[in-house]
Amino acid sequence: MTDITPEQTQPAKPARPRGRLTRWWDSDVAWSFRHSPVAIVATFVVAVMSLAALLAPWIAPYHPFDPATLNLLDGFTPPMQENQFTGNVFWLGTDDQGRDIFSAILYGSRISLFVGISAVLFAMTLGVTLGLIAGYVGGWIDTLIMRVADVQLSFPSILIALLVFGIARGFIPPAYRADMAIWVLIVSIGLSDWVQYARTVRGATLVERSKDYVQAARLIGVPSGLIMLRHVLPNVLGPVLVIATIGLALAIITEATLSFLGVGVPPTQPSLGTLIRIGQGFLFSGEWWIILFPSIALLALALAVNLLGDWMRDALNPKLR
Amino acid sequence: MLTFIVQRLFQAVLVMLVVALVAFSLFRFVGDPVATMLGQEATVADREALRDRLGLNDPIAAQFGRFVVNAAQGEFGISYRLQQPVLELILERLPATLELAFVSGVLAFVFGVVLGIYTALRRDGVLSNIIMTTSLIGVSLPTFLIGVLLIWVFAVELQWLPSFGRGEVVDIGGWKTGFLTVNGLQSLILPAITLGLYQMTLIMRLVRAEMLEVLRTDYIKFARARGLTDRAINFGHALKNTLVPVITITGLQLGSIIAFAIITETVFQWPGVGFLFINSIQFVDVPVMAAYLIFIALVFVTINLIVDILYFVVDPRLRVERSTGGG
Amino acid sequence: MTLLEIDRLSVAFPTRRQTFVAVNEASLMVEPGMIHGLVGESGAGKSTIGAAVMGLLEPPGRITGGVIRFQGEEISGRDEQAMRALRGARISMIFQDPLTSLNPLLTVEQQLVETIRMHLKLSEADAQKRAVELIDRVGIPQPELRVKQYPHQFSGGMRQRVVIALALCSEPEVIIADEPTTALDVSIQAQILDLIKELARERQVGVILITHDMGVIADTTDRVTVMYRGEVVESGTTEDVLGRPSHDYTKSLIAAVPRPSLKLRRFPLISYGDRAATAGIAELSTMWPDMKGDQDAPLLEVRDVSKLFIQKRAWRPSKREYLRAVDDVSFDIRKGEVFGLVGESGSGKSTVARTIATLYHANAGSILFDGVDVTALKSDRALESYRRQIQMIFQDPYSSLNPRMRVLDIVAEPMRHHKIETDPGRIRDQVEDLLERVGLGASAAIKFPHEFSGGQRQRISIARALATRPRFLICDEPTSALDVSIQAQILNILKDLQDHLHLTMLFISHDLPVVRQMCDRVGVMRHGKLVELAETNALFENPQHPYTRELLGLMPKLEGLSTEGLEIEAA
Repeated sequence: MTDITPEQTQPAKPARPRGRLTRWWDSDVAWSFRHSPVAIVATFVVAVMSLAALLAPWIAPYHPFDPATLNLLDGFTPPMQENQFTGNVFWLGTDDQGRDIFSAILYGSRISLFVGISAVLFAMTLGVTLGLIAGYVGGWIDTLIMRVADVQLSFPSILIALLVFGIARGFIPPAYRADMAIWVLIVSIGLSDWVQYARTVRGATLVERSKDYVQAARLIGVPSGLIMLRHVLPNVLGPVLVIATIGLALAIITEATLSFLGVGVPPTQPSLGTLIRIGQGFLFSGEWWIILFPSIALLALALAVNLLGDWMRDALNPKLR
Repeated sequence: MLTFIVQRLFQAVLVMLVVALVAFSLFRFVGDPVATMLGQEATVADREALRDRLGLNDPIAAQFGRFVVNAAQGEFGISYRLQQPVLELILERLPATLELAFVSGVLAFVFGVVLGIYTALRRDGVLSNIIMTTSLIGVSLPTFLIGVLLIWVFAVELQWLPSFGRGEVVDIGGWKTGFLTVNGLQSLILPAITLGLYQMTLIMRLVRAEMLEVLRTDYIKFARARGLTDRAINFGHALKNTLVPVITITGLQLGSIIAFAIITETVFQWPGVGFLFINSIQFVDVPVMAAYLIFIALVFVTINLIVDILYFVVDPRLRVERSTGGG
Repeated sequence: MTLLEIDRLSVAFPTRRQTFVAVNEASLMVEPGMIHGLVGESGAGKSTIGAAVMGLLEPPGRITGGVIRFQGEEISGRDEQAMRALRGARISMIFQDPLTSLNPLLTVEQQLVETIRMHLKLSEADAQKRAVELIDRVGIPQPELRVKQYPHQFSGGMRQRVVIALALCSEPEVIIADEPTTALDVSIQAQILDLIKELARERQVGVILITHDMGVIADTTDRVTVMYRGEVVESGTTEDVLGRPSHDYTKSLIAAVPRPSLKLRRFPLISYGDRAATAGIAELSTMWPDMKGDQDAPLLEVRDVSKLFIQKRAWRPSKREYLRAVDDVSFDIRKGEVFGLVGESGSGKSTVARTIATLYHANAGSILFDGVDVTALKSDRALESYRRQIQMIFQDPYSSLNPRMRVLDIVAEPMRHHKIETDPGRIRDQVEDLLERVGLGASAAIKFPHEFSGGQRQRISIARALATRPRFLICDEPTSALDVSIQAQILNILKDLQDHLHLTMLFISHDLPVVRQMCDRVGVMRHGKLVELAETNALFENPQHPYTRELLGLMPKLEGLSTEGLEIEAA
C-alpha cells in the first residue's frame, strides 16, 4: 500500500537497500495482481481498448462520420463479405449509411471513454472535496452536505442525470444544444454520482480525524487545511480509487443508456450507446451485426473495468487478506 | 416509537418540499411558459395579461405556495406536448408501470436474497464462483442491452414472446391490468426480466457482502465455540443480523426499479409513466417532468418511511431504551 | 486423571512468503479444579493454543505436530462433527471482548436456551429455568428480569458474566478463557476473576487462563506456563515460576513488571533475544535549554477547569444534555516534576490532557503556562509559542503516526512548522540524531511506520515530541498498548528525559504500579473530579479518599514475584 504513495516532499534521496520498483513488485497488492488471471486479463482489455480509442484517428480504416468518404452503396454489408455493388470487404460489416462498424466502434469508444473518464473525474473532485470538508469540519456544514447527499442518494443516478440533462436543455438555446451536449452529459453524469465519493470520504475522514496522528498534527499547530491535504487525504484515497474504478464502469453504462434513450451525445458524434440505438432499428430485418459488435464492445469495456474494480476492492481490503 | 415516526414523517415532508421546490423552479425558470403558451406572435399586452392571469407577477413565495397546494391536489397543469391534463396522462399510464415494477421487484428480491445467502455460505464453491462471475456480467450489462438481447433471442429469433407493448389489458374500475390475459402475461415476461435482472445482481452482491461481514464477527465465533450447528449459526444468528442493513438498501433498490423502468419501458415501448417522461425530456415538456419528479419522490419517501419502520421492528437496539445495569 | 493434555503441539500458518510457526512443540496439562495460566507477550502463540484445542484455528492455520488429549482421548485429529459435540458441551471458551461476543439481535435468554438445548436434552421450559439459574449463578441481580433483555442493555462487566453463563450451559469440564478481563476496568476485572476462581473450585472445572498480565497470573492461577515466540520456556506452580524463575526469558519478563510496593530507579536491562535497544538521551542535553532554575515554581497551573460534551442535541439550550467529562479540576505542575493522573476509563483524565494540549477548549476555568493564560489565546498564531513548548505522546502507537509519511517527515513536521530549522540538510541531520538517541538508528528515517513494531513506533513518537525541544511533555497512557518488556524500555527512556533534560511531564495512566515508578505527585480522578492529590509515596502508603483506597485494594500485590536484579529506590 505504501508503495503507491505519491512522492513525499523529501530533500535528498538516500541510497535505499532495495529499489522502489523491486519493493513495489514485492508488495502484497502487486503480488495479488500477478496471481489473479482475471485482473491481468481485465487490465489487458482495458489497456487495449483505451489505446485503440485514443489512436482511433490513426488506426481506424475509415472515417465513418465524414460524409465525404461514405458510399451509400456500401450499406448493409455483412461482416467479412464482399459488398455486392462495390466489392469492398469490412471486418465487422457496415450500417445503413455504409459506415464501417469497426471504425465506428473505435470512434464510439473514444467518445464513451472520454465522457466516462471526465464524468468520474468531475464526480470524484466534487465528492472528495465535499466529503473531506464535511468529515473534517463537521457541524452544520457537515449536516447540510450530508442531508443533500441523502436526498440525492434516494434517487437513482440515471434519474438525476436525466433530470440535470433535461434542465440544462431547457436553459441552453436550441442552436447550441448539439455543441454543448457532451459537456452537459459529463456534468449530468458527474452530478449524479458525487454522493458515493462524498459519503465514503466523509466516513473515512471521520475515522482518520479521530486518530492520534491528526491530533499530533493539530498539537503542532498545523492549520486545518494543511492537515486535510497532507494527513487525511492520502489516507482516504484507497477506497476512492476503488469507487472511481467501479464508477467508471457505471459512468460508461450511464452514458450509453442516455445516448440509447436519445438524450445523450448528438448523432454527429455517436458513442457506443448511440451505435446500439442505431442498430436496434435493424434487429428485426436481420442485420444483426450493426447492433451486435458495438454491444460486445460496450460489454467488454464495462465488464473489464468492473472486474478490475472488484479485484482492487478485495486486494485493498485488509480484512479479507 | 411514536416520536420516531413523527420525526421521520416530518423529514419526509421536508424532502417533498425540497423536491417541490426543484419542480417549481423547473416551471418558473426553464423556458418561458408565456411564450410556450401564446407563441411568438402575441403582443406585449397579451403577454402581460397572461402573466397576470397565471400569477407570474406575484411574489415568488406566493407562487411556490400556490404550486405546492396545487401539487398536493394533483394539479400540474396541461402538457405542452400532448395538450392534456398531466394528472390524467400519468394516471392513465400508472398501472402499466406499477405492474411491471411489482413483478420485477419480487423477482429481484427473492432471487437476489436467496443467491446472496448461498454464495456467502458456500464462499469457495464452484457454483458460487460461477454465480459471482455471472453477476458481474449482470452489473456490467446496461439494462437496455439486456432488453435488446432478450428481444433478439426470444422475439426475433425464437418468436416465443412479444417484443413490445402490454398486449391485451382488462379494465377493472379504471385500472387496466395485463395480469388477466395470456397475451398480457406473455408481454410482461421480457420487460420484467430486463428490469429485475440488474436489481437482482445488486441485491445478491449486497446480501453476500453483508453476510460475509457478519460471519466474521466475534459473536459468530463465540457461537461456534459453544458448539452450535452450522445451521443454527448461519440461519439463526448470521442471517438475522445480515437482514438489518440489507433491508435499507434493498428497499431503496426496489424503489429505484420504478425509475429504471424508464429504460425498460423505452426498449419495449411499454406504455408506462417512464416512457412518458423520456418523451417529455426530449420536448422539454416541463409540466410532465415536474409531475413525474414529484411522483418519483413520493414513491421514494414512502419506501424510506416503510424501511425506517421495519428497521425499528427488527433491531432491538433501536426499540428498547438503553438501561444501565451496574457493572 | 489429567483432564486436558497438550503434548508437543505445533501449529503453523503458511503465508505466501514463509510458513509462520505460531506454536512449536508446546506441552501443557490441565487438572480438574485448577486454573492454569498461559502467559506471554504478543506473538507468543498463547491464543493459538486455545483455538487449536477448540478446533477453531483460523485458516490457513493448521496443526502440524503433536496431539491434544481430552480425558485420555485424542481430539486433535477429529472432524468438525465430532469437535462440535465437545465444543460448548465439554470444553467451553470465553473471549476477550464482551461487547462483541453476544448476538445483538437475540435476548440473553434466547442465546442461553439455544445453547442449552443444543447440548442437553431439556424441554423449552426447563431450559428457560436453567437459563435463569445460570444468570443467577454468575452474579447478575434480578435474573428473571434481566434474562429477557438484549445484550446492549448490559454493561461491559455484566456482559462478560453473560458470556461466562453461556460457557457454563452444559457443565463443561474445561474452560478456556482468552484474555477474559483485558477489555474491562480494574474493579470489574477483579470481580470476573473471582467468579472464574469460584467456578473452578465449585464445579471442579479445569481452566486455561490466557493472559499477558502478570498481575492476573499471580492473583488467580495455580500453575503457569510461560511462552515466548511459540515455545514453552518454563512451566510449574505459579509460586515457583514467579518467585524463582529459572529461564532467562522468564527472569527478564518478571523483572520488567512494575511493582506497586517498590519504586525502582530504572528498569533493569536484562535482555532476552534481540529485544534490547539502547537509547542515548543524555547526549541530547547539550542542545536543550537549561531548565533547572527555580524548581518549586509551577510551570503549569490548571485552575477550575471544566469540559462538557454535548450528549443530546436540541434546539433549545435548556433541553440539551451534557456530559461533564472534566468537572472543576485544579492542580499545579512544578518545573521538572512528573505529575501523574490516574483513574478508570471515563474518569476524564485523558480529557484533561487534551484540554491542556489545546486539542479541546475548556468550557470554564483557565490554564496558565509559565504565568501566561493559554485559555485566553484564541488564534493559532498566539498559541504558536505555547505549542512549541509542549508536546504529547499518545497511547496507540498504531494510530499516532501517519501511515503514509516517512519517519523523516513525521519527526521533521514540528521542526518545519515552528521553523526551528529550515535547511533540509540540517533537518535531516537532526532527525537522524534524534532517532539515534531514542534507540532506533538513523536509517529509520527513510522507512514508513508500518515497518516498525509497537515499541519502535512509540520511540518514533518520542523523537517527534522532542523535535521542538519542548519544556513540557504530556504522556497519555504511553505504554498501555505495549508488552511489559517493551513498556520497561519506553519507561526508561521517559525517565532519562526527566533526569537528563529535566522535562516537566504530565503522565496519564490507569496502571497504578506504573504511576508509582514514574511520578513525583499523583492526582486521582473519578467521574471528572479530582478526588485526591498527594506525593506518590504518601498516596500509596496512606491513601485518604475511599475511592483511592478501593483502587489500591484492587491492585495486584505481586508480592510473590522475584526481585532479582532490581535497582530498588524505595520500598
